[in-house]
Amino acid sequence: MDMFEPEMELSVDELKHLVSQRALEGETMVLNMGPQHPSTHGVLRLLLELDGEEIVNCVPDIGFLHTGIEKNMEAKRYEQALVMTDRMDYLNNLGNNLCYCLAVEKLVDLDVPERAQVVRVILTELQRIASHLVWLGTHALDLAAMSVFLYCFREREIILDIFEMCSGQRMMTSYFRPGGLWRDLPAGFEDAVKEFLRYFPRRIQQYEDLLTRNPIYLDRTKGISPITSEQALQHGLTGPALRATGLPLDMRKMQPYSGYEQYEFEIPTASNGDVYDRYIVRMEEMRQSLRIIEQGLRRLPKGPFRSQNRKFVPPPRSELGHSMEAVIHHFKLWTEGFRAPKGAVWVAVESPRGILGCYLEGDGGNKPYRVHFRTPSFANLQALPALSKGHMVADLVAIISSLDPVLGDVDR
Amino acid sequence: MGVEEKLANLGFITTTLEKAVNWGRTRAMWPLLSGLACCAIEMMASQASHYDMSRFGMELMRPSPRQSDLLIVAGRLTRKMAPVLRRLYDQMPEPKWVIAMGDCCSCGGVFNNYAIVPGVDEIMPVDVYVAGCPPRPEALIHAVLTLHEKVKGEHFVPHKEGQS
Amino acid sequence: MPFLDEVIEALREEFGSAIKEVDTFRDQRALEIDRDALIPLCQRLRDHEAWSFNFLAALTAVDYWPQEPRFAVVYQLLSIPNKVFLGLRVLLAGDDAHLPTLEGIYPNANWHEREVYDMFGITFDGHSDMRRILMPHDWEGHPLRKDYPLGYEEVQFSFNYDEVNKRKKYARE
Repeated sequence: MDMFEPEMELSVDELKHLVSQRALEGETMVLNMGPQHPSTHGVLRLLLELDGEEIVNCVPDIGFLHTGIEKNMEAKRYEQALVMTDRMDYLNNLGNNLCYCLAVEKLVDLDVPERAQVVRVILTELQRIASHLVWLGTHALDLAAMSVFLYCFREREIILDIFEMCSGQRMMTSYFRPGGLWRDLPAGFEDAVKEFLRYFPRRIQQYEDLLTRNPIYLDRTKGISPITSEQALQHGLTGPALRATGLPLDMRKMQPYSGYEQYEFEIPTASNGDVYDRYIVRMEEMRQSLRIIEQGLRRLPKGPFRSQNRKFVPPPRSELGHSMEAVIHHFKLWTEGFRAPKGAVWVAVESPRGILGCYLEGDGGNKPYRVHFRTPSFANLQALPALSKGHMVADLVAIISSLDPVLGDVDR
Repeated sequence: MGVEEKLANLGFITTTLEKAVNWGRTRAMWPLLSGLACCAIEMMASQASHYDMSRFGMELMRPSPRQSDLLIVAGRLTRKMAPVLRRLYDQMPEPKWVIAMGDCCSCGGVFNNYAIVPGVDEIMPVDVYVAGCPPRPEALIHAVLTLHEKVKGEHFVPHKEGQS
Repeated sequence: MPFLDEVIEALREEFGSAIKEVDTFRDQRALEIDRDALIPLCQRLRDHEAWSFNFLAALTAVDYWPQEPRFAVVYQLLSIPNKVFLGLRVLLAGDDAHLPTLEGIYPNANWHEREVYDMFGITFDGHSDMRRILMPHDWEGHPLRKDYPLGYEEVQFSFNYDEVNKRKKYARE
């Protein structure tokens, strides 16, 4: 097979500065926890330097899922580029859409009607619950609690049904567009969400009954990789991992977007920052998300679901029959797309993993000149070597899953 | 494969033996855990209880390629990951099949740039392609059933018409 | 943005001409600074008791090829007690693309700077581990530069189906 020679092995010289002296003398062993592994949550490669079972150093090697999304978005128009944002953090599709839409709306100074803002909040919180369910399922699966995995995915199916009802797609919805939503909510939406709100709190209780006071789970997670807030900030941790150390940093409260200042919810924190605390924080976050969704449903106003600014938002098809202006707007938007002014904006939202930021620079044309996503998993994974020093290989699995890396987010 | 080769000369026995062996192969095909990106989440969802894949014999995903016979490539394949995936394919013992799940590994998908291999069939022969971004769990199950049909039609000895 | 304007005023007094421009697009604040002022400015922003910009949220770069100065390295600093973001920009010429590293002040700049090196070729002096992070280690070129091609493959429509099929690589075994 001469098409691909596995040239990925680096020579010892290039890696010398990463491992300690003891590895070069043969006292410790350097082991490869390769890209294909059941517990690395995707294609993450770790070079572990082991002293027996204890980890001396851990060097992550990422880039196995680098898709060149940022460069590809520069070749597409603003609305076309939105489709690529779903696929970055593939467990938080609507959250990525929201971040990019907020950035575009800020850049071109586009208004978003009240109804769209409330629906955005409801769906983003549903996405947060779905993402935490996948996290809980895979986290428990890594620690060999397989029934939690099956229960979580059963709940997730209900949320995915709601997404499919709105946008036609279970995962890569692209439902949020610059200016509001793609189309108005379908008829059964409110009943489906109300049914979910009625049914879900008992399920969270069920997962907690299975794990929270389970002696095996406590043994495997309490006291593993504790970290203080200062250390966490230095290593760039945000999101539930940082909130588990005691610092209540949440972009929804710090710089509210899309109307979040009108909702009442708390930011759960814990004190030790170990794996168990991160679990507690995420479980409580799911409950707070339910509170937000309930308030959103009560507040849902009637009105337009997308901005009426025809320079950026296409007119509805019914108007095309009798208005020449609508036809011209439609034509311009479909052939050329809208133009953004010269300038750069930065928007930061709270994804289930931490601070998701979008730096968007326009140059007067119809394509983004530079899009950069500051993704939380990339920043959180940097802390892995510091968190895993001194622990055993079996604990490493718990630590990685508690950081909740999504490799699409890490590599973009 | 020794018995089948020896008996292949006796035409009438090979047909029923073929059918039996193929039937056996489809009933317990073990997939390799090779989820790369978003499609892996739908693969996990189809393994979960709502769209159960264990009813097709795929109770668990084997983590080791030496123990699996089906490689479901789920997700986008990058140039950095391509040698790794090829090595996994080479490590799998015969008989083995490949399902390319999703648009990205069938044809490059949404992405068309320097970092993505446009279709996993550039590095390994694919048996079934599944369209979708990501394909629904039902689509993946349909692909598995299509693969079963394909396996049932496999022969040990190439027929005179050139089928194999 | 009264707090940020205060901070910018005080910084202008202290650093004078090192701060070349203040950008207030869409009510956000970004300072364009000299390369040499980067480290002292960040130190000041982090260590000041009232300001305490203690978190580096983002570090990225933009390529303006063929314009000069070619690169702009963009930083976003977050002050958690005061709940504001402040942006910094450093402009670099194409043949002089190196900057001092911020690892000493914000250790989490490590991977972000590696990514900027990988994607743009901008080196950071004093960095502990300057190697590629996202691309394979022996990749040539820096992908996010504007003179690097997108690298796409030809789309196979129905009218050119057969020609593309002949050129496309397929693995047979």
